[in-house]
Amino acid sequence: MLQTILMILGVGLLAGILGAILGIGGGIIITPILTLGFGLDIKYAIGASVISVIATSSGATIAYIKDDLLNLRVAMFLEIGTTIGAIVGAVLVGVVQPNFLYVLFGGLLLFSSWNMYRKLRAGVEVLHKTKPDPIAAKLRLNSSYFDKNTQQQVDYQVEHIPGGLSVMFGAGLASGMLGIGSGPFKVMAMDTVMKMPLKPSSATSNLMMGVTAAASATVYFFNGAILPQIAAPLAVGVLIGATLGTRIMQRLPARWIRMIFVPLLLYIGGQMILKGFGVTF
Amino acid sequence: MATQKEQQTHTEMAQVEKSIGVILQIGVIVSAIIIGIGLLLLLFTGHSGYPAATFPAHFSTIFRGVIQLKPFAIIMLGLFCLILTPVLRVVVSIYAFAKEHDHLYVIITTVVLIILLFGMVLGYLDI
Repeated sequence: MLQTILMILGVGLLAGILGAILGIGGGIIITPILTLGFGLDIKYAIGASVISVIATSSGATIAYIKDDLLNLRVAMFLEIGTTIGAIVGAVLVGVVQPNFLYVLFGGLLLFSSWNMYRKLRAGVEVLHKTKPDPIAAKLRLNSSYFDKNTQQQVDYQVEHIPGGLSVMFGAGLASGMLGIGSGPFKVMAMDTVMKMPLKPSSATSNLMMGVTAAASATVYFFNGAILPQIAAPLAVGVLIGATLGTRIMQRLPARWIRMIFVPLLLYIGGQMILKGFGVTF
Repeated sequence: MATQKEQQTHTEMAQVEKSIGVILQIGVIVSAIIIGIGLLLLLFTGHSGYPAATFPAHFSTIFRGVIQLKPFAIIMLGLFCLILTPVLRVVVSIYAFAKEHDHLYVIITTVVLIILLFGMVLGYLDI
């Protein structure tokens, strides 16, 4: 018992550090380790992972609030989409075949790998040109943020609100079904679909993660998918790891770690998919 | 005139965001302490307080276990507090928007809260 708890604590620590450095929730690291490494049923791995998503999201948001990057109205409005998605996802987990979850998770890892590769090649941010949007004006979603790099106050507008809300439902669904924060999907909804600048998009996505995860976590908590001996050491480990991670991040170039992570995610993703199809090593 | 009003909403929002930050911080620290106590108790006593492969997942059994100082019950209480932290953030936001007379966002935020409570009921009924 003691050994397992300490090992899970270590997994949480690692996921917290890596998550903070790479700007991802620990979810995509935790579930593969718990299922492939510890042989835990994927349903319990997802339940434990969703708890650590809440822990990291709440911890990181405190830092973002100090930077004045959040758009609280955008977060609140889009949370309607993510929370409904998350609950549907959590209920679906009890219905679908575990094999399907493995394949889905593997696909997600492949996507994350590609996403990270894209970030490696990304250049300087360009402010999107947007047209005034009547829905955005009505919901008062347009705002401004202070860019530390250029030392300027940047005003921005958002558009395609229904499109963004639909992508957010999908992000919530993925979060609830796979126990992840689904940050990249949320950023995609705001940045790519709604044309919000990347910095407030990332900060707002982080704030939304906690509420989205809480929606599915309550379902998991009461139906017994959150095992105390797994979720507790994991949450404590992740909290400590994330705190350490933000300190390490300032000294370590994230680029270097991403270069290692791209092939690693590809490999683990492939393994999850193979496990889903019943191929074991 | 318009910019002055915009400036006003911006400072108001900053105030709301600050109070949310405090709530999140307190919530995370309190839950981490409860979970930590439960874990330490589990490590020192060596047993969870429940038969093998079982644990409490409902309010009544958790609270009964907490009074009897059962490690798993204390851990579950801590985990539940952690889950409640973002929910509490939503509740505070409703209050903050109401104070600013932003009725539209009081409604939007209340809808989010209702969805969250609905999820809780779904889990409780084990659907």
